[in-house]
Amino acid sequence: MNQHPGILGKKLGMTQFFDEKGEVVRCTVVHAGCVVVAKRTQEKDGYSALVLGLGERKEKHTNKPLAGIYKKAGQTPKRLLKEIRLPAEEVAKYEVGEKVAVDKVFKVGQFVDAQGRTRGRGFTGVMRRWSFAGGVGSHGTHEYFRHGGSIGTNMTPGRTLPGLKMPGHYGDETVTILNLKIAKLIPEDDLVLVEGGIPGAKNTIITLRGAVKKRGGVKA
Amino acid sequence: MITQPVIAKLEQSQLRSDLPEFRVGDTVRVHYKIVEGEKERVQVFQGIVLKRHRAGVRSTFTVRKVSFGIGVERIFLQHSPRIDKVEVVSKGVVRRGRLFYLRELAGKAARVRDEKDQ
Repeated sequence: MNQHPGILGKKLGMTQFFDEKGEVVRCTVVHAGCVVVAKRTQEKDGYSALVLGLGERKEKHTNKPLAGIYKKAGQTPKRLLKEIRLPAEEVAKYEVGEKVAVDKVFKVGQFVDAQGRTRGRGFTGVMRRWSFAGGVGSHGTHEYFRHGGSIGTNMTPGRTLPGLKMPGHYGDETVTILNLKIAKLIPEDDLVLVEGGIPGAKNTIITLRGAVKKRGGVKA
Repeated sequence: MITQPVIAKLEQSQLRSDLPEFRVGDTVRVHYKIVEGEKERVQVFQGIVLKRHRAGVRSTFTVRKVSFGIGVERIFLQHSPRIDKVEVVSKGVVRRGRLFYLRELAGKAARVRDEKDQ
């Protein structure tokens, strides 16, 4: 499990800037600005974590049990709550009600994993969904251009094997991109610029955490 | 497309306004900084501007010259700090926004009318 510190944020879009060598860095802009709403501790909950809140929610849309959580933290109701599992000593660094500063969590040049929800594409054919080649355009082909071809053998096993790639719903799934580099941090505006693309459309909620699988990268 | 205001602000700081005004058809000298190992030197590329792609920080311009009988085109990032300076050698008179037709032409036919000759 990812035990590295992280933030919740909103994807604003992509841009580029020139680094000190004059080379272009293409990056995704994530607006962080999440707040610590509660803490989970080993003694009380059996595990340690930070509960982060992001965005704003109207008072009238907040039910009473939820409102209680925010009242306890002395916070306005948030649009989203998410727990981030962290070791106890990391949790101790943050106070309830504290806005998580991006430069406290990340360093420039550090590798992170970015999780977002991809754009929903609806019911999609195999050529787009699984990059199948489709059929040939000529040689007498009739109404068989964007099909997937055969889906199995005849008598043995006499059925289509489970998990076969077929048309169906594509997108709107949670995807994590590993080992993206932090290109720039702008603490005044709570912005994190991550090199490369992040799944999801603009305004998608993004979870950024220290990279789990990167070796030799800058540790937080 | 409306640029997201926060991103627009980020990009604003990247723009450079010290380059002279030049248009498609103009002949320009681009002084470009090249890093070779430890050393940095300036290389000059002179030619006709074929195309300007105006897109904020992503703006580029294409310069074409004929070098030893072979056409060479370079695309420069307009706001790149690697561009030392741009000199406008002469203003050209052209009737279109993209001069790709010059690629098909050679010699005298590949010239662009100078503004001064009008």
